[in-house]
Amino acid sequence: MKRLVLRSAGILVVLALAAVLAAWPRAEFIPARSPQAWAATQANIARGAYLARAGDCMACHTARGGTPYAGGRALVTPFGIIYAPNITPDGKTGIGTWTADDFWHALHNGIAPDGRLLYPAFPYTNTTKVTRDDADALYAYLRSLAPARQSNRPHRLRFPYDRQIVLAGWRLLYFKPGVYEPQPAQSATWNRGAYLVEGLGHCGACHSPRNGLGATGSRLSGGHIPIVGWYAPALDADNEAGLGNWAQGHIVQLLRTGVAPRGAVFGPMAAVVGQSLQYLTDDDAGAMAAYLKSLPAEPSSPRPSAPPPDEVMKAGRALYEHHCADCHGADGRGTSVAGHPAYPPLTGNGALTMADPVNAIRIVLNGGFPPATNGNPRPFGMPPHSPVLDDAQVAAVVTYVRNSWGNAAPAVTPSEVNRWRAVPLD
Amino acid sequence: MPFPVLRPALFLAACLAAVPAPAQPERGVPDTLASRVAACMACHGGPSAPPPSTGPHYYPRIAGKPAGYLYNQLQNFRAGRRQYPLMTYMVEHLSDDYLHEIADWFSTQHLPTPVLARASLPADQLERGRALVTRGDPVLNVPACIACHGQRLTGALPAIPGLLGLPRDYINAQFGAWRNGTRHALAPDCMATIAGRLPLADVAAISGWLASEPVPDDASPAPDPARPLPLACGSQPERP
Repeated sequence: MKRLVLRSAGILVVLALAAVLAAWPRAEFIPARSPQAWAATQANIARGAYLARAGDCMACHTARGGTPYAGGRALVTPFGIIYAPNITPDGKTGIGTWTADDFWHALHNGIAPDGRLLYPAFPYTNTTKVTRDDADALYAYLRSLAPARQSNRPHRLRFPYDRQIVLAGWRLLYFKPGVYEPQPAQSATWNRGAYLVEGLGHCGACHSPRNGLGATGSRLSGGHIPIVGWYAPALDADNEAGLGNWAQGHIVQLLRTGVAPRGAVFGPMAAVVGQSLQYLTDDDAGAMAAYLKSLPAEPSSPRPSAPPPDEVMKAGRALYEHHCADCHGADGRGTSVAGHPAYPPLTGNGALTMADPVNAIRIVLNGGFPPATNGNPRPFGMPPHSPVLDDAQVAAVVTYVRNSWGNAAPAVTPSEVNRWRAVPLD
Repeated sequence: MPFPVLRPALFLAACLAAVPAPAQPERGVPDTLASRVAACMACHGGPSAPPPSTGPHYYPRIAGKPAGYLYNQLQNFRAGRRQYPLMTYMVEHLSDDYLHEIADWFSTQHLPTPVLARASLPADQLERGRALVTRGDPVLNVPACIACHGQRLTGALPAIPGLLGLPRDYINAQFGAWRNGTRHALAPDCMATIAGRLPLADVAAISGWLASEPVPDDASPAPDPARPLPLACGSQPERP
């Protein structure tokens, strides 16, 4: 009996290892259309530059104040620190020796030229959907940059996440290479939007929930961004980002300018709009908006059973009138300047009323400016209140805006506020 | 006493009545830079929000400092050369053009500024502070503050800041940041060099004296410091 168990266990282990080894490459190859596809022509370089913006490659591959695309930014993850590499064409420290096929292999299969498996902090679960033609244009653009001599820092991942075999197992579970396949039943616009959202745009890197092994789901149903401490709202639920009942033009306006009549971007999304989305063409932003609007709406979560205590609402109202009403209006309807959004409305604003109050709390604590964009070059800012309001005061005012003018959401406690005071801001 | 019970109820009813209102904002705000950057004034003070006249405070006065200095600092926060996470967070998505405009606007503002009560400071420390500020110390190889920051310590154009009207804690923190390498300017970083030469007791003497010296009525910066500067400064390069 004991021998049978041992033998069965042995067979299982061997099978599991064989499966990992068989699946290790998990790669597919698609050849370039022709060497012209990645030749250093003006057209290729310009198209690649546009795509690099659309993918916000710079967000990770550039350190604060550093040379663009020379890497060095630390991505702090629950598994350790990953340092984004130099992707300028330097022969020693960048990707100067890579061929177009090498670049494709990394983008599509998540595998470096030396065969090393790449960590999915590089969102190749998304970039695998990029066409070979677009990958070649990106390659042409990156090759056109000035080479920057800046050595990559080794990642600092905890055991066992620093093992390639673990990564191979992860890929077996969560990664399958494949270019985006257009859905014939949908319009060309919808497919273009889906291609950008699911592919280069890698929206799901934040807007999808991550499991314990850091893998994102396939739906844009909202997710906590670990370490950074923001919640990326569900893009398919009317009670969160609520895009389903936004006018498509307002979604485009938000993506391209950072502000819209029904809300403004903040936190990590301010960076995405500032560095990436503002540079999209109207057509591409429109396609993304059309696709996002079409996502099936999740049923709204039930309203809180009990309204917040009167004394909390009263305290919150007094604080609101002193600190907030000048800009957002006593009626919470926001203010505009010459017909252009200045301070966003709080009534009906999904960012404030999500079940998890982290974003509402942090907006009050940290304030901030939406990004300066071509469409909104001189944004209106919000002062940080962390120096002037204590935890109970922030809790009261957040509870008040979550439960006024038709808004309804669970009350916020001082300890919930306190939790977000010490999150690193930079 | 029906009021305490009634008022929240009335208020709630008012809120419910407001539900069908359109979300489109209707009220307008003036299209001025002052309203766009009101967020800055919550800590730094401004015409509509003067800095607190009592109690401990940390945030530096920025009104009336040279635009070149303010712009350099906004750039430094954005690029991580100065480390104050809240400031980096505020400015990280703003453009060069907008930062320029913000710096220009604050440079033209003039606000009354509270200073530390001198009576609370030991006389010998104050004297040492005054000596370092006005004469420097040849033994330490430290020039006088006034050699660059202006005879009246109100700064010099285009990019040397005034030193009066700043909280003592703020001045101490800057010396600490230069010494620890967490505050940088464009090279050569003259203030980092000077901070490295000063013992901590002298830093305390300087900050105590500066923070308790009244700001002159006309706090506008000097047109230009005497050239050449005692040390080369990347933020205020010598003219060709």
